[in-house]
Amino acid sequence: MPGMFIDVEVDAKTAGDTALAKKLTEVCPVNIFAQEKDGRLRIVGENLDECVLCDLCVQAAPAGTVRVVKLYER
Amino acid sequence: MRFYEYEAKALFARHGTPLPKGQVARTAAEAQKIAAGIGGPVVLKSQVLTGGRMKAGGVKFADAPADAEAAAKAILALEIKGQKPRGVLVEQRAPVAQEYFAAVTWDGRRKLPVLIFSDMGGIDIEEVAEKHPAHVARAHLSTILPWSAYRAKEAIVAVGVTGDDLNRLIPIVSTLVEVFLRYDLTLAEINPLGKLADGRFLVLDGHVDLEGDARDKHAKLLEELGIGKEETREARPPTAFEIKGAQVDASDHRGVAGNVREFDGDLGLVIGAGGGSLTLFDAIRKHGGRPANYCEIGGNPSVRKACDLTKLILSKPGVKKIAVMMNVVSNTRVDIVARGVIKGCVESGRDPAETIAIFRIPGAWEDDGFTILRKYGVEYCDRTVSMDEAAGRAVAKMARA
Repeated sequence: MPGMFIDVEVDAKTAGDTALAKKLTEVCPVNIFAQEKDGRLRIVGENLDECVLCDLCVQAAPAGTVRVVKLYER
Repeated sequence: MRFYEYEAKALFARHGTPLPKGQVARTAAEAQKIAAGIGGPVVLKSQVLTGGRMKAGGVKFADAPADAEAAAKAILALEIKGQKPRGVLVEQRAPVAQEYFAAVTWDGRRKLPVLIFSDMGGIDIEEVAEKHPAHVARAHLSTILPWSAYRAKEAIVAVGVTGDDLNRLIPIVSTLVEVFLRYDLTLAEINPLGKLADGRFLVLDGHVDLEGDARDKHAKLLEELGIGKEETREARPPTAFEIKGAQVDASDHRGVAGNVREFDGDLGLVIGAGGGSLTLFDAIRKHGGRPANYCEIGGNPSVRKACDLTKLILSKPGVKKIAVMMNVVSNTRVDIVARGVIKGCVESGRDPAETIAIFRIPGAWEDDGFTILRKYGVEYCDRTVSMDEAAGRAVAKMARA
């Protein structure tokens, strides 16, 4: 579920890559990402609006597979 | 954080500063015992964190222990400016030949501590400085370079003190400076510093204020002086609203969003930025507005923290609207605060467009912030609108509400 202001979309392949999931969890300064027990990526919905638009997640993943959406621009 | 007189004197005593014989009593019977132990005339002083004790009847004299008991009973029953006394300080009454003043405090303009000394003690030092400027000496001191007693000597000599008096005063005044620096005080004052008929000096009254942020650093000292962690030492106990504000602020390490003070108006304030909050509060009042609260927000609080602060303010009975205003910000993001306050309105079941009277925070990430505000129909303004004008707009909107 998106936040009021921010949504983060992650391609299924990237979300299922446990190494990438770990990396995304580490780079986000506001804990938008976490890992499920099986290592898959989980989006922490309650933290989405804390996004500081640093783009570290976008840079950590293969190009175009993580997208940060400013809902207020829609 | 202010100390009671007996605590200030206990601190001075640890450093060898000469004090009259005395002790604090919690009951009239204790006061009687202390007076009997001292032997001879005593002075009894209400232990409250406010001035004007003498005028209010909080200082009495007694020649015998029985008189001391009666005086203590009266003092302990007397509220001064709404404060019940913590106890009554019973001290030997010293025959004073002359009163002096010595204090160390912060000079906000020079950004340095300043030692102030006068040979006209016992009265308000501002009045002495105005009417008898030659009797007040000042010496700024460094918080980096070591303190030297010769600086105290210079200040004392500057008001014309020489000879034995000078020699006796130097260690007292120099120690006062050392205490100020060592314990991160914002005020260390002896007034009056009494010269007795036999030439000795005694600290007759003392005031100490500790920097609030230094409480943890000096936890051991405070414990030894019997000052509890729960003691805020503020002018009045915090209200439930203020306690909740502190909880919001403590909920997350990022930035500041709290330090609320409750007022009885109808316009909630989400304000901040390096003194801007005080300016904005005054501006609201100048325009005839009635603030429901004072608060401080800044240093990039999380969206949740800004949201929870907004919800707290909106939960206060009688708050019709909020004004969200800061000076030009560089270390706080406009978009983050905008998200927080809008979310706070929505989670409170209120329409942000109706609830936010004005949003005036220009600065970092303002383009994103203004985009958010436009989406939710909130009136906002940039830096071309002064804080004063923004406050005026908020008050005008309240009048139309």
